[in-house]
Amino acid sequence: MAINLDVETIRGDFRLRIATSLADPATGLSGPSGAGKTTLLHLIAGLVKPTRGRIAIDGEVLDDTTARIHVPIHRRRIGLVFQHGRLLPHLTVEGNLRYGEQLLKPAERRISFTTVVDLLEIAPLLARRPAGLSGGERQRVAVGRALLASPRVLLLDEPFASLDQRLKHAVLPQLKRVLTDLGIPFLYVSHDVEELRALTGDVRSLDNGTL
Amino acid sequence: MGWLTGEETGVLLLSMQVALASIATLAVPGVLTGWLLARCNFHGKSLLDALVHLPLVLPPVVTGYLLLLLLGRKGLIGAPLEAWFGLHIAFTWIGAAIAASVMAFPLMVRAVRLAIEMTDRETEDAARTLGANPLRVLLTVTLPLAAPGILAGLVLAFARSLGEFGATITLAGNIPGESRTLPVAIYSYSQMPDGDASVQRLVLISVAVSVLALLGSEWLARRLARRVAA
Repeated sequence: MAINLDVETIRGDFRLRIATSLADPATGLSGPSGAGKTTLLHLIAGLVKPTRGRIAIDGEVLDDTTARIHVPIHRRRIGLVFQHGRLLPHLTVEGNLRYGEQLLKPAERRISFTTVVDLLEIAPLLARRPAGLSGGERQRVAVGRALLASPRVLLLDEPFASLDQRLKHAVLPQLKRVLTDLGIPFLYVSHDVEELRALTGDVRSLDNGTL
Repeated sequence: MGWLTGEETGVLLLSMQVALASIATLAVPGVLTGWLLARCNFHGKSLLDALVHLPLVLPPVVTGYLLLLLLGRKGLIGAPLEAWFGLHIAFTWIGAAIAASVMAFPLMVRAVRLAIEMTDRETEDAARTLGANPLRVLLTVTLPLAAPGILAGLVLAFARSLGEFGATITLAGNIPGESRTLPVAIYSYSQMPDGDASVQRLVLISVAVSVLALLGSEWLARRLARRVAA
């Protein structure tokens, strides 16, 4: 993987300026809250348009303000696990998991439903609705949902901040193994540097809008 | 309907037919317009907003008259409709349905717009990152989440259609069995020396239907609030 960033985005008083290349398939991103970690992920996923600059993944340009390119979110195939799940409240857990999967052609599906369910220990939840889940359960479903959409890069925005330690220690190494096996590079945001060191090969620190 | 005369039953059935045709006509344009106003930014948005609300502030007779100019036998749309399809709109039940749907349209659009504005944009963004294009997001996320609010709008529009008077009588007239709907019939009977009993029965029905519609839309609105909060 190579995510090439040379972008700037300005929202009100906040200015994020990033010029770097992320090449490690397991990259960690740390930094104090308000540093722009979430904004950076949203830039890559296409939820935020850069004010200026260029974003490319493996040579494919996703944003280029001078060439007026902005690939829409749904064509980027970039998985994003939000801080607070953002599950679809009107669907069951299974409906959420399959939402992205069913939009893919069978040949594009790189991970099976049962693998994801087993990995994240969510088999007992399948028939339930998001409103009845705990915070940790929701996050695991959100990770599963993003995985089943077979993204070319997975962005994780402090996905397990609300997960208890046992589950965190059980899920994280396995998640890393699955992502590595499938060859899905990931960018993992956390304020826990120890966690990042254990999980990723390249830890970057974002502070005050710069990397 | 034992306690209604045959004529009154006819009025009631015709009104139901007109009101159902009215909400069938406005459902899809109402949802699309509500969505446009809630979620899109474009040139002329405030003009569209004003235009949608016009029937709410114009005297209904004026709306009816403008519709008559447009849809009458010599109207801009009415003339070709008659020439090509032999279709008459003015002074028919179809005219009554169109008058009712134009008058109820703003209520529907407001309900849809509110319901869509209440649904979470971030949930829609999440669906997009999973590969859903804008149309799919609308059909599988936005509309299902807003569904109770949209239904509430339809119920309100139905009640409004059932009660439409000014635009209806101007465009469709007061023809028994064709365009004499509930309110038009109440007005007509109230002008007759022996019409009091009929008036009272029809008024009772109007009140009952309106109260039921209000309760129904309130109930649906509460369901919407619960659904989008989940």
